[in-house]
Amino acid sequence: MPSHTFVLNGQQVTVDVEDDVRLLWVLRDILGVTGPKYGCGLGVCQACTSHVNGKAVNICCVPVSDVQPTDEVTTIEGLPATVGQDLHPMQQAWLDMDVPQCGYCQPGQIMAAVAKVLQARAAGRQLGDADFDEIRNICRCGTYHRIREAILEAQTKF
Amino acid sequence: MSTASEQQSTDVSRRRFLGYVLAASTLTVAAQLGEGAAAPHAEAAVPGVPEPADLYDLNDMLTDATLATANLITITLNADGTASFALPRTEVGQGITTSTAMLIAEELDLPLDKVQVSLADARPELVFNQLTGGSNTTISTYTPVRVAAATAKQQLLEAAATELGVPLSALSALQGVITAPDGRSLSYAELAVKAASLTNLQVSVTLKPATAFSVIGTPQNRIDALDAVTGRKQFAMDVQVAGAMPAMICRPPTINGTVVSVQNRTAVQAMPGITDVAVVSTGVAVRGRTFGQCIDAVRALQVTWGPGSEDAATDATVLAELRAAENPIVTPPLPLLTEAVDARFTFHFASNSALESNCAVADVRSGSAEIWACVKAPITAQEEIAAQLGLPVSAVTVHVTQGGGSFGRKLFHDAALEAAEVSKAMGKPVRLMWHRTDDFRHGRTHPMSISRVRATYSLGQVLTLDQRHTSVATEFGHGLGEIITSSVAKLPVGGLTFSETIFSLTQQTPYNFGVTTQLLTEVDNGFHTGSMRNIYSPNVRCAQELIVDRLAAAMGQDPYHFRRNFLKDPRAVAVLDKVAQVGNWGRTMAPGTAQGIAIHPEYHGFVAVLVEIDCTPATVNRQIPDAVTGPRVTKAVCAVDVGLAVNPKGLEAQMMGGIMDGIAVTLTSSLHLNGGYFQEGSWDNYFYTRQWNTPPELDIIVMPPTTGTPGGAGELAVAGAMAAVACAYGRATGTMPTTFPINHDAPLAFTPLPTVPPIPQSPTDGLSRAY
Repeated sequence: MPSHTFVLNGQQVTVDVEDDVRLLWVLRDILGVTGPKYGCGLGVCQACTSHVNGKAVNICCVPVSDVQPTDEVTTIEGLPATVGQDLHPMQQAWLDMDVPQCGYCQPGQIMAAVAKVLQARAAGRQLGDADFDEIRNICRCGTYHRIREAILEAQTKF
Repeated sequence: MSTASEQQSTDVSRRRFLGYVLAASTLTVAAQLGEGAAAPHAEAAVPGVPEPADLYDLNDMLTDATLATANLITITLNADGTASFALPRTEVGQGITTSTAMLIAEELDLPLDKVQVSLADARPELVFNQLTGGSNTTISTYTPVRVAAATAKQQLLEAAATELGVPLSALSALQGVITAPDGRSLSYAELAVKAASLTNLQVSVTLKPATAFSVIGTPQNRIDALDAVTGRKQFAMDVQVAGAMPAMICRPPTINGTVVSVQNRTAVQAMPGITDVAVVSTGVAVRGRTFGQCIDAVRALQVTWGPGSEDAATDATVLAELRAAENPIVTPPLPLLTEAVDARFTFHFASNSALESNCAVADVRSGSAEIWACVKAPITAQEEIAAQLGLPVSAVTVHVTQGGGSFGRKLFHDAALEAAEVSKAMGKPVRLMWHRTDDFRHGRTHPMSISRVRATYSLGQVLTLDQRHTSVATEFGHGLGEIITSSVAKLPVGGLTFSETIFSLTQQTPYNFGVTTQLLTEVDNGFHTGSMRNIYSPNVRCAQELIVDRLAAAMGQDPYHFRRNFLKDPRAVAVLDKVAQVGNWGRTMAPGTAQGIAIHPEYHGFVAVLVEIDCTPATVNRQIPDAVTGPRVTKAVCAVDVGLAVNPKGLEAQMMGGIMDGIAVTLTSSLHLNGGYFQEGSWDNYFYTRQWNTPPELDIIVMPPTTGTPGGAGELAVAGAMAAVACAYGRATGTMPTTFPINHDAPLAFTPLPTVPPIPQSPTDGLSRAY
């Protein structure tokens, strides 16, 4: 069985699993990292959104063989460490706005939000309506409004 | 906001309640669930008007059904000074663990973060009293939970009085510390063991008057928010159970299709990671190391399928069936010059699929079974699983997990039943999960319905309003049925079926419209249906409110003032006035845009919603990939009066979510039936509200307490929002919408996924789409 090595939340891990198994299942079913959620397995609902080398990725659509030994995979569990804090400012804003309801989509929402802010910042601007239109994460509880407020609050804090 | 005390009736606060102190090593107290929770209500129906739901609604029935159940809910005070409570209800995002913790914190004088609320396993001795539905949780547990907490505080005070040698009446309790007049104090942690009892005791307690509330009625953040934002919150598929490997089902191409034969079982069982393949009642089950490998196995299975139950059905055939079953409206002779408005509305199939798809963990052994699942009727689940496995109910343990949304879906336990069957067939524990595509196509739906409404008016008065709601049957086989069986004799609606009873108990006309009749007719067939957040109300009330707009226009009145003039209840007028004022009703709107306003009464509460909608081409034709944009609600203002909001912040969240649902069912989201199956198979096919449909302006106003007791909160905004959006759309376009969602008859905005294999493969281009 092929062996795959990558950096997960700051630690190098090696997993023996077939090449085509998607990263979401490697994390959830083999490594027991359950922050990224399954919502469709199609790259549509984005509940599994995590970061690969700092960029948002739907890991239900990434064969584990696509991940290289030096690639840094960050899930919601590893997000605070990326800023050296107990909570990432985006998570803190989520708490301040009391965003979650059932909470199932929120790890993916937060990971998407962080990446979206960094993407806009790299382009030299703050988030606008067009950016929000690009956030495709489903929240079936309908917390979208508070998500917007939380992102706007957090975007200058990291 | 004014305090709850202004509204609280003193007789309730002075009432004494029975609490229990249980023999235990630390202080453990209890109260009867159901005791004293129900307000007095009318004994019998007045024929005709008012309608049944005005006198006695679904919530009264749910609350009354719990009164006969003499079983206890228990609060334990731990040696570290925290309090623990296992809530016999199901948290699916609606915030009841938080509101329950608030009730305990209030009555126990303990900081909110020292109260731990978990979800109780199925407790069959509670009989009817472990169903989460009908927005009933807070209504039915408000008093019992406080009685138990008050009992605990009384025992702590007695123990402190003994320890400190001062009279109990001289002590004060604050934030988990009891203090004597001389300044000496003892924490609850120090008293938890000392206050424990060696025997069971029955004690009498009083509850805090509303004037003394410092937690109830204050906005509080969710107690599980930190777990949610850190990924630590555990849902069913996150629970680690030894040996419980992923499992999925290969399902038939059409609804209720059956397995005739499997051609390649051995080959599939030999696929990488796969451990087992078994034919079960709903398809072919596979179990493997990862869900990814289960998806591969499901797709590789070659199955000969028997026909389904609805193979010839399409939207058009179901609609024709409904039209044929519709009861006529017979209006009595009316005065000369009476005029009428009359319209029929179609509401298409909709999905109550949550983001967490149907799932459950099952470990079935030879003489026992253990299940982990988010189920809102755990006792019914336990009974049905036991029956299916041939085990006594006592041999089946059902652990209730936190839910990733429900919207009616988790009233049923389809996945738990299936997981038990699969675990038994394979002789191994399984973690069974439905693929998203299955969740849309084979999961439960909110049934298609039509609603005809006819109203007559003359000389400035509305004389009659008749509504004939005809629907594909809604299944209630989740325990509500048992409650109705027990309660039906005392209902003012004797002789009706379960569904007709639920309809009668939930549907109200909030207006003085003369002789009013609302009747339900059901067409039963093989669809898997269930309630969707707010059961019948979004459709029934949307139809009514559109007719109200039409009546207002016909009678030359403004929609807001017309409603105001005819509303029965001052609480309804108050919420309507509030949204009209805050939402600046009547302001000049550009062509192609309009305001809409609507009201909805339910579950002892009232909601009013004002929206502004933009139907201009520039907005309607916005291009977003794989999306339906269409008309956009640009602003929503909602005022809600639930009598007493235990947690106004949680209530605001419920209203916001209800508005998102209302927007979806009005404008974008439905299931299309063709060839015996629903075409939708992904969230880019089923167009629930997304960021690009979200109103940029959203304002929720929680009204000050009115009745002093909490009403239902989880559902009522859906109907109010749906009606308001529909009315706004009609006013913006000049055409009253009669088909919902409004885009249902447009060409499909997606290419349907194949049905064989039944689920799609996951893409492999994730990294190339990184941002």
